Amino acid sequence: MGIRGRRASGWILCGLVGLVLISIFLGIVVGPVTIPLRHVYGAILGSEDSDVSEVHRVIIRQVRLPRVLLGLLVGSALAVSGAAMQGLFRNPLASPYVLGIASGASTGAAVAILFASGSLLFLPLGAFVGATAAVLIVYGLARGRDRRTSIFTLILAGVAVGALFSAVTSFLIYLSSGGEKLSDVLFWIMGGLGRSTWTSLAILTPIAAVGIGGVFFFARDLNALSLGEEGAFHVGVNPTTLYRWLLGLTTLLTAAAVAMAGTIGFIGLVIPHIMRLLIGPDHRRLIPVSALAGGCFLVWSDMAARTVFAPAELPVGVITALLGAPFFLYLLKRKGANL
Amino acid sequence: MRITIEQVCFAYDGATSVLKGVNLAVERGGSVALAGPNGSGKSTLLRIVSGVLRPSSGRVRLDGSSMDEYSARRLARHLAMVEQERPMGFDFTVREVVAMGRIPHRGRFARETVKDRRAIQRAMELADIEALADRSIRAISGGERQRVYLGMAFAQEPDVLLLDEPTTHLDLHHQVRFMSIVRERTGEGMSVLIAIHDLTLAAQATDRIALMLEGHIAASGEPSGVLTPKNVRSVFGVEAVVGEHPDLGTIYVLPSLTSRDA
Repeated sequence: MGIRGRRASGWILCGLVGLVLISIFLGIVVGPVTIPLRHVYGAILGSEDSDVSEVHRVIIRQVRLPRVLLGLLVGSALAVSGAAMQGLFRNPLASPYVLGIASGASTGAAVAILFASGSLLFLPLGAFVGATAAVLIVYGLARGRDRRTSIFTLILAGVAVGALFSAVTSFLIYLSSGGEKLSDVLFWIMGGLGRSTWTSLAILTPIAAVGIGGVFFFARDLNALSLGEEGAFHVGVNPTTLYRWLLGLTTLLTAAAVAMAGTIGFIGLVIPHIMRLLIGPDHRRLIPVSALAGGCFLVWSDMAARTVFAPAELPVGVITALLGAPFFLYLLKRKGANL
Repeated sequence: MRITIEQVCFAYDGATSVLKGVNLAVERGGSVALAGPNGSGKSTLLRIVSGVLRPSSGRVRLDGSSMDEYSARRLARHLAMVEQERPMGFDFTVREVVAMGRIPHRGRFARETVKDRRAIQRAMELADIEALADRSIRAISGGERQRVYLGMAFAQEPDVLLLDEPTTHLDLHHQVRFMSIVRERTGEGMSVLIAIHDLTLAAQATDRIALMLEGHIAASGEPSGVLTPKNVRSVFGVEAVVGEHPDLGTIYVLPSLTSRDA
């Protein structure tokens, strides 16, 4: 295990902050219409530089900037909820997707789109209700009479509940039989940042701040939980309270991310995992580092999604899975049972 | 701290009762060894005293105040427990795990103070794990891991130490070393309650022994009074030679392998 890497975690953090800034600029520059880098400053800072054409200004301000920022937030939210889930269940296979939260959220989002016209208010609300329903079912099943949480039951229940909600979503799509709403639902299922607006950013920002900040607040307790529920109790961390808070926060983060960008897979699973290999399992470092890395990863995936087949756009979920899944398999092969 | 266990009963699922009215006290600076057959309730009793389980009836007091008055955090400042087995999901280093013993004493975002660092250093020396400091907790042997968790409990600087079969995976050197440390600590005022199978080692290291059988205390008191051939026979179903070592002055129990024919 890379002990040397842990000492360098400060540098990794600095490097990631730099990468975030680079990602913001690149995310604005890259796309079907290439925008010269020097125009980016002008358009963002709002100076009426005559060099910047009106078209570029609009593309930067109304399309690419909100899209890049939303990508950062969604990626962070997913990576942090993945890190929290993995810490909570002491299992590197846990993620918002494995536990059915994301499926619940997309069912909720689909209901909101089909029956409440998918306004920016009902969408996150629907996603949150769906995600909460999934969590309550899964957690309720896994919480035994002896007040201990069975991780195997939890993951099995998560897979089953996820399948159930996916089926409900498919059924809703089948019922809706075409039309504009159908394409809306499909967009959410495939996941993408193509519908980013300043409004969605304004909704997501406070939720992500509360969620990520909240998870970070419990970072030390997550470390203690790696000693098991009783081990955590013996150093003064009440595991039941911790479960409730963190399930609430991760549900909030996942639901908000799904509501804004659909189901984007593998970030919550792979990013915390890679970061743990780089800097070790201490959640006080893992959570901020995962947040930054998750954000960058989604922005870069999104750049790929909109340039590979430009001007057509791939759903970004396709890219994250295409990059994430093989890497995860490689880790699985290399680390084997010592995951 | 003085531990008083009063009429404690417990049943895991409301059906089979595991503890049937246990009374036991550990004085401040005292040490009590819990011995008895598998399933006699030793671990359950320890889990109740540690606060993880609540008794179905009866109560546990620490220095006179009921356990219910303690929050998990306040309890952890006074009491440390090492369970028989502990899962470890991630590759924390040995030092990081020992440092977790400081959690109840530190603020959520506080950096390690000199006091923390000193406690961690001392605990690692006591548990003889300094050489393992940078190794992953998952890459060391079972006995080494047991020492790490004991070290973590020492770093917690508790007034009460609860140990569930702490010497099972330890080699002879570390068994002896560890029990000597426990005896030293009680001299400094720490109270120790320890579930242990090795009666001879228990007799040497603790001042009292409680023999448990089927959920209650069958006998308790000083080793010389409790460890009699009659008690060993009735509690364990084993014939044993019990004697006092002429030089060391401690009780030894030598089980005989012929008991099945007897």
